[in-house]
Order: sequence, then C-alpha cells, then structure tokens
Amino acid sequence: MNVRAQVSMVFHLDKCIGCHTCSIACKNIWTDRKGTEYMWFNNVETKPGTGYPTQWEDQSKYRGGWEVKGGRLRLKSTGKGRIITNIFHNPHLPTMDDYYEPWTYKYEDLFNAPAGTDQPTALPISKVTGEYIDIESGPNWDDDLGGSNIYAANDPNLKDVSEEQRQQLQAVERLVFFYFPRICNHCLNPACVASCPSGALYKRGEDGIVLINQKRCRAWRSCVAACPYKKTYYNWSTGKSEKCLLCYPRLETGQAPACFHSCVGRIRYLGLLLYDADRIDEIAKLPPEKLVEGQRDLILDPNDPNVIAAARKAGMPEQVIEFAQRSPVYQFVKVWKIALPPHIEYRTLPMLYYVPPLLPVLGSTANQVYENGVDAKAIFHAFDQQRVPMGYLASLFSVGDEAKIQYVLRKLVAVRTFKRAETVGDIPMAVALEALKLADTTEAEVEDIYRMTSLPTFAQRFVIPPMHREEAIEAFKDPQDHKREVGFGFTASPKRGL
Amino acid sequence: MYSLLQTAAPAGPLPINDLLFVVVPYVVLAVFFSMTIWRYVKEKFSYSSYSSQFLENQHQFWGSVPWHYGILALVAGHLIGFLVPRGVLWWNSVPARLYIIEGAALIFGIITLIGLINLIVRRASNPRVRAVTSKMDVVVLVLLLLQVIGGLWVALTARWGSSWFAAVLAPYLWSLFTFQPDASAVAQLPWSIKLHILGAYAIFALFPFTRLVHVLVVPNHYLWRRFQVVMWNKRASKAE
Ligand code: HEM
Ligand code: SF4
Ligand code: SF4
Repeated sequence: MNVRAQVSMVFHLDKCIGCHTCSIACKNIWTDRKGTEYMWFNNVETKPGTGYPTQWEDQSKYRGGWEVKGGRLRLKSTGKGRIITNIFHNPHLPTMDDYYEPWTYKYEDLFNAPAGTDQPTALPISKVTGEYIDIESGPNWDDDLGGSNIYAANDPNLKDVSEEQRQQLQAVERLVFFYFPRICNHCLNPACVASCPSGALYKRGEDGIVLINQKRCRAWRSCVAACPYKKTYYNWSTGKSEKCLLCYPRLETGQAPACFHSCVGRIRYLGLLLYDADRIDEIAKLPPEKLVEGQRDLILDPNDPNVIAAARKAGMPEQVIEFAQRSPVYQFVKVWKIALPPHIEYRTLPMLYYVPPLLPVLGSTANQVYENGVDAKAIFHAFDQQRVPMGYLASLFSVGDEAKIQYVLRKLVAVRTFKRAETVGDIPMAVALEALKLADTTEAEVEDIYRMTSLPTFAQRFVIPPMHREEAIEAFKDPQDHKREVGFGFTASPKRGL
Repeated sequence: MYSLLQTAAPAGPLPINDLLFVVVPYVVLAVFFSMTIWRYVKEKFSYSSYSSQFLENQHQFWGSVPWHYGILALVAGHLIGFLVPRGVLWWNSVPARLYIIEGAALIFGIITLIGLINLIVRRASNPRVRAVTSKMDVVVLVLLLLQVIGGLWVALTARWGSSWFAAVLAPYLWSLFTFQPDASAVAQLPWSIKLHILGAYAIFALFPFTRLVHVLVVPNHYLWRRFQVVMWNKRASKAE
C-alpha cells in the first residue's frame, strides 16, 4: 500500500443556481491577462447543452483521455511515439473557434463620436486582432438554452438516450436543464501530465494538485489535446499552457479556492481523500462498468488502523491524517455513496465528484392529486417520469449505468421524505422509515446527509489540510530565509519572448 | 588562429576572405553560445516554440509539417557531411548511390521550400496569426527563405554538393572547430556557395534572439520517462 493524499472536491448539483459567481471569482484572480481572456478555469455549463469548448465530451472529435489497448493504457491523442509525427501539427488540438474569440467593445467611440443624428455605439472588437468582429460565440453561449435544437439537442450525452426520450426533452412543457460547474478534476491518472513531452506538467505529491511548470512548457500543446475535460488551455500570447491550480496559494494559507469560497449556492465541498497510489494503473484499466466502483475502492478509509500505519510509514504528517478523517468528500463519496465522478470512462480517475440533480423533485400522483406518503414504493416511482432521462445522467456520471444514478436519487428523496415526515408531518413516519430502507440508508445517515447538505458551516464544507511546505523547507533551510530569497519563485517577467 | 596570423601577416590588412570565413564564424559561435545560455538561465520563460496552431489550424498543417520534415532532413544531411565526410565520399563513389542522395536532397529541399512559403503566406494573411508575429519572426522567416532558396540554387548550379561538401567544406568547418582555421579552400568556391555559408552564419548569430531556440529544447526524455510525473515538495526543493 502506497498511501497518498489528494485534495478532492464534491459539487452538489441540486444546489447550483447557475449564477457564475465562481467563474468570475476565478477569472478576476487568474485569467484576466492577455492570452487568457478566453480561458475559464472554472466554467458553468447548462446541461443538456454543448458546453465549452463546444461538444468537449465528443471524444471521437477531440480524442481526449485514455483507452485500453492490448491490456495497456494508451493516450487517445498523442502519446509516446506519435509525438514525433504530431508535434509539428497536433491533429486533435481544439482551436480558438471551438471556444470563442474574446472581444471587448470600442467604448471610446461613445465619447469621441462626432455629433450626429443617431446614438453612438460601441462596436465589438477582437481581443486577439483588435479588429471589428461579428460575435459568433462566447463564454456560456448556450446558457439556459435547455431545449434548444442547436445546443441542447447536440449534447454528446444524448447519444445513449432513446429517441423518444430525446423528443420529450425538447417538448416545451417538459423543458428542463441543470447547471454543471466544471474545474480541473486534478485526476489521479491525469492524461495531461502523461502527454507532456517536456515533462512540464506534474502532480504534487503531498496534495495531488496538478500544475504546469511555466518555465518548462514549450508550447507543444499535447496537454490541451489529451485532457478529455479540456481543462488545460493554451495561452496564445505567452506560448505556454495554463490550467486551474486549485488556488494552491490560497490553500497553502488555509483559504478555500476562490470559486469554492464565493459559491453562492454553497454547492461546493473540499477535503482530503487518501488513496493507494500503487493501484492507480490497475483501476484505470478496469472494464467500463467497473470503473465507478473501482475508483471508490481505490479510496482508503482514513480511520482504518492499517491505512493510518501505512500513511505514517509513507511520511504523511499526523495532522494530514486527522484532516482526512474529517473530510466531507470522504463522506459523500465513500460513506454515503451519493457523489459520482464525471465521465470516468475517460480513465483519468477524476477527483472531483458530483451529486447528480433531482430534476425537478417529483411526487407521485393519483387522479392528478399528489399522494404524498401513502406507499413508500410510490415515492420512488416518479423516477421513471424524471424530466431528465436517467440515461442522460448515467452517461454523465456512471458510464451509462442507470442503477447507480437511481441509488443516489433514492437516497436524496429518502432524506427529503424523512425530514418532511419529521418536520411537516404529512407523511406517516412508518412510510418514511420504509422509504429509508428501500433507499439503503438509515436514520442516522439521513441526519448526517441533511446536516451536510443543508446546514453546513464554512469550516465543515472546506476542510483544508495544513500543507506543511514550511516543514519541507525547514529540513534544509530557515523558512524565513527561504521566503526572503525566493518570494513566489518567479523573478523574471512572464512575457512573450522574441 | 595560427594559420590566420600566418596568412594575414604579410598582406597587411586582413583579407576579406579571412574576415568573412574565419573571424565572422568565431564571432557567431561566441554570440550563439553565450546568448543561448544567457537566455536559458535568465529568461527561461521565453523558451517556447510559440505555436500558433491554436489560432489557425488548417494552413498551419501545410506549412509546419513539410517545413519541419524537410528542414530536419536537410540539417541531418549537412551534419552527416560534416561528421563523416569520408563515409559520404565512399558512398558517393558509386554513381547510382550519388544520384539517390542528391535526388533525395533536392526533393527535401523542395518540400522545405513549399512548407516555408506556406508558413510565410499564412503569417502574412491570417489576422490572428499576424497578431502574434514579432519583428524577429519576420526576420527569421525572411532569412530562412533566402537560405532555402540559396541552398536550392547551389544544388542546381553547383552539382554533386554532397561530394564537394564532404571534400571541401567539411575540412574547412573542422579547421574552425579545431581552432586551426584555414579558409583558403572556401575562397575558390563560387559566390553562390559563399553566400549560403554566410547565410548560415547569419541564422546562427540571430538564433538566440528568435523563436528558433525551440530547436534546443525539443523533448528527448519523453519516450523513456514514465507517463506520470509526481513532484514532492521535499525532494523538489532540495533539487533546486
Ligand atoms: C525536432 C525538432 C523540432 C521540433 C520538435 C519543432 C517544433 C516546432 C513547433 C511545435 C512549432 C510551432 C508550430 C505551430 O505554429 O504550431 C515550430 C515552429 C517553427 N519552427 Fe520548429 N521544430 C523543430 C526544428 C526546427 C528547425 C531545425 C528549424 C529551423 C532551423 C525550425 C524552425 C521553425 C520555425 C521558423 C517555426 C515558426 C513557424 C511559423 O512561422 O509559424 N524548427 N517548430
Ligand atoms: S481534468 Fe484534465 S487537466 Fe485536470 S488533471 Fe485531469 S486530465 Fe489533467
Ligand atoms: S457560484 Fe456556486 S451556485 Fe453559482 S454557478 Fe458557481 S457553483 Fe453554481
């Protein structure tokens, strides 16, 4: 056993209100420079929808992630060998047109236009060329366009959904959509890292954050093609790729990443997961239907004495183990099993999990009257009428296995049923308890889920481990000296060369 | 420098041939090495191929791919002629083999030229690519164009370049690298070849100040390294 810690995340999709506060918080800190205008380390998509970059989930086009060939993991895009032919022109690289061309407006025209009969206007100009442009797409171009026959209908996840259900999704009176906030998943088997010929990308051993060394990146742009989530971006101005850094300078000082901190819907949770690094390769190679279970299996119980002993042996600080034991992510993923990884069939083992949405909450009806709590089984019947077809959610979060989605949704409904029986009282307690049983949960667990999803404090949502960088430095140097000498470690200005 | 002093002393001022083919290459080498190293140490961030594929995808293929395959083959050819001149002469002793190598060189030269012209047209015509074009990019592309055209001109006018390169230029280059410069043989060559040599010196002199530095940082360990890179704070800090 080779125990390592990973800063992991859970996003509770039922709570996301699609306000994009997270995206803006991130943009203001990290991507407001030249060449990064089009980048959204955090973006919020409307689903069903085509997303950003457009149709990023269509791996027959983008070739992101891994595939198993002859019992070995192989990058779908450019791996070893093929790099020699593909370095001069990467056949799977998305271009700016797949994202959008960033623009601003010629605001000075509003003030400088000569007096005339019509109002002056500020025309859009490209932030790349400075010339006038016709805006054809932008960040969140399909925001809230569930039901659109250009966007929602072209969502790659609808591939596995029956024609009939697809028609239903488009029916006006049944229109539905939900929000899907995305950041880098800081994967355990990152395709981006594996693809970089220069070795500029790396995963930090202590916390698993995946970063790009800006001084080693040489614009071979393999990572952009290899990441199936399209979460590395090429800075066309500096000739370097950039990606979400999970706000590690904030994490190292005990603050939650900006997108987590600012989240209005409080949908985000962050904490440690311990995992067995020796088994990454084995798990990433499992047949598709076993991947979700396999990844859950890879995560270790931080309270298990064997795991604790192995962690100590691996040199993990005592405090880190303690923080892993308090991790909300561990509860969601491993104990309650209500958070699932996005598109794990890409085999990068993403460490950002989602609680799939109940959309919208349905009750069962008889003679067009809601019959709350007559029969425990009936409570779950409504799943067949879910407006978002179960197959759609399964394509996103469980490699097509609807049973896994049902399991989560049952639990979520059970929590609501039980709390309603308790607080409103219009559902008989006996029915609610029966529902708990059918949903494979208990009163105690429901209470925990309720507290963590409805009433959590800041400190419960974000259990940020001490990063112990100072201790690492202490081993060979006075941390104060180190701080004075290196600052942030980047003394030359990061500008484009000749 | 010994032979330089010898030939230079009686004639009074330095003969132009020695200035161009002895003094210049040493200056170029000095600039090349000192400035690439300086840039690597001080401005490491600026080492990049500055790919513009992200901004324009299709024309880039017809430029970058033929250009690179062509230029790499040509550079390799020149390098072989320089490193194993005798091997080249031996190979060329059979006419059929000589024709093969000369034909291949010519074909690669044409591929290179086509790629380069595409790169230049693309840079000039696509507004997005123009937006990321620096002055040095223009200088480099013009210089390379002149050099490739000059090279093709030499190949067509001064026949069997692979042989005379190995017989005349390789010894000259070796004389430079062994610090016993002797440029007398170069003086006899036609002006087209002299220009091609001087063009190469110009490119090497400007090399450190352009995007060409990407040639020095092409990845080499990727094929052997493990896929995943994990960095530990302790170990990494110590290494730095
Ligand atoms: C194995 C060696 C090489 C590799 C891996 C390599 C790779 C690259 C890459 C990735 C680009 C960016 C292309 C893009 O826009 O996407 C590039 C551009 C370029 N390379 Fe190379 N290169 C190599 C050797 C050379 C050599 C030997 C030369 C010339 C002496 C050269 C000259 C250029 C030039 C002039 C450009 C700019 C093209 C433009 O105008 O867009 N390269 N190279
Ligand atoms: S989501 Fe993409 S960029 Fe992030 S670690 Fe995984 S493969 Fe790399
Ligand atoms: S800030 Fe939170 S609620 Fe708002 S869009 Fe982002 S994830 Fe959703």
